[in-house]
Parts: sequence; C-alpha cells; structure tokens
Amino acid sequence: MSVARAQRPEPAELDGADRRIINRLQEGLPLVESPYAAVAAELSLSEGELLYRLERLLEAGVLSRFGPMYHAQRLGGGLTLAALEVPEADFERVTAAVNAFPEVAHNYRREHRLNMWFVLATETPERIGEVIAAIEVATGLAVFNLPKQEEFHVRLHLPV
Amino acid sequence: MSRLSSTTSMPTGGTSHRRLRALLERGLPLTERPWRALAEQCGMSEREVLAWVERWQREGLIKRMGLVVKHHALGIRANAMVVWDLPDADVAEVGRRLAAEPAVTLCYRRRRCPPVWPYNLFCMIHGTRRERVLAALNDIVERQGLQDIPHRVLFSVKAYKQCGGRYTREEQP
Repeated sequence: MSVARAQRPEPAELDGADRRIINRLQEGLPLVESPYAAVAAELSLSEGELLYRLERLLEAGVLSRFGPMYHAQRLGGGLTLAALEVPEADFERVTAAVNAFPEVAHNYRREHRLNMWFVLATETPERIGEVIAAIEVATGLAVFNLPKQEEFHVRLHLPV
Repeated sequence: MSRLSSTTSMPTGGTSHRRLRALLERGLPLTERPWRALAEQCGMSEREVLAWVERWQREGLIKRMGLVVKHHALGIRANAMVVWDLPDADVAEVGRRLAAEPAVTLCYRRRRCPPVWPYNLFCMIHGTRRERVLAALNDIVERQGLQDIPHRVLFSVKAYKQCGGRYTREEQP
C-alpha cells in the first residue's frame, strides 16, 4: 500500500498525560494480574482513565495494537535490511516489482545512490536468500543485503 | 533456531499455548484483567497465561509486552537513517553510546558492502522536521566526539509500503 504525503491525516493532538502514557508503555507492561492498574498508579491516573485514553489513542491511529514485541529471528524467521540503486526512469516499475513480494515489510525511498530501502521478513532464515535472488530477477538490479549483526538497545523507541 | 512451539514443555501442554500466542498477536485486551480474559479464551488459568508470557520473555522470544507508535499520526515525518563508517574495534562502544542518546530510536551494527556502502553502524533519528533532526545529530556528533567519523544522513523522501509483517517489529529503517 503506498502512503502518499498528501493523504496523511493531520497529526493527532496529545496532552501531557497521553505522552506520559505512551512513553511509559513503550518500556513494556508489567506481568501482573492487573497491569493497567499498576501502570495507572505509576502515572497518578485512575485505571479507568488510562484504559479510556488507550482506547482513544488506538482509535485515533496514534498507536497500533498493544502486544508482544517479538525477536523475529528467535522465532525462527529471517529479517534483513536491503537496498537497491534504482535508475530514476525505472523507479515506478521497480517499486511495483519489489512491493509485490509479501516478504517486503517496509519500503522507503531515500536520498542516496542507493535510493530504495526495504525490510525483508521471512518465515525462515534461508528464505531471505531466495527472496533476494527473486527480487534481483524481477528488477534486474543487484540487491545490497545488510543484515543486522548486533543490536544496541534503546530505552524508548519513539519518545513523544 | 528453535521455534516457540518446540521449546516449551509447560504443565498445560497441548495446543493451548499456541492459541495463546495467536491471541496475543491480536493484542492484549483493554480490560482490568487482560490476562484472565485471554485465559478464558484459550482454556488456561490466569496464572498459567502469565507463566507462559513470563517464560517467553525470559527466553527472549518476546522482548516485552509493549505498544507500537504510529509515527505519521503524531506528525513525526522526518525519518533519518544516519550511517557511520567506524573502525570495527570501535563500533560496539560507539553503538552503545549512540543508543543511549534520547534522540536515537534504533541502533544496529550491520554488514558493510564496500565500496558502494562502507558503513557499519546505523541509527535512526525521528522528528517533526528535518532541521530538528539535523540539529539533534549535530549535537550528538559534538558531544560524542564523532566529528572525524565518516557518516551520512539519508532522509526518507517517500514511504512506498508500510504494512507490518506477521509479527510486530520495530525495524523501520
């Protein structure tokens, strides 16, 4: 699905409590029987208000679902970042060819000689190589495969 | 590497833990006792559900129960991939220091592909405007003493595909 700049909605309005909730929950939810009550107490909110605000943020599209963050590789899947040097005149065709692969999770145009950057996520690690080979055939271009070798942990993934 | 289903031998057994995993994928219910709500749907006790999730976190299959913020809905439209060409001996230390910077939202060491792509450290900086992202980067370069390290900033100009995969992922460079 392409996301054109003009189609993006106006940014959502967040107040201070929304921001504290989002930043706190990016660190994870405690594994206790009443996790929302525990987080609400930390933030000096009532549990009802926290749940109400979370529902509203989900509906407004500020948050996607609230759930487990997986290590794709430890689940047995493959994950990599890949790049292509796409001739300007060919950009549309190559975009369509790359996005047709269900394994392509994100695809960004960036300002560099390597101007197309996408994340590949596959069911098995071996499948990464197969998909890259298929993308090379479909596009006629060499894929730069830049797998992660080490992750340095950040505390918040998107401070708001 | 082991898959979730083959690493576990909890007392519950059977397939109810697989059902729990499928339910978790859809998101944790927004109710006072979310684990109990899941337990009722997969035929476990609340205690068993919590034990499974604790175990998956301990084994590292789940990093944490968290939420994913939608950048664009918050007006965060400048998305810079900053890449560095560091000596291999220094990359781990600099990577840890960059990850500790509040403006850095992801930080990875990746394979180089010379000569076109000599860079071995990637980090993401998000912001509402390019100028702010660049100001944050300049500040980081100065404070961390990285002036002499070759680096480049690749802003995204357009997102062509942003659908998630089967699993919630945080990789969005």
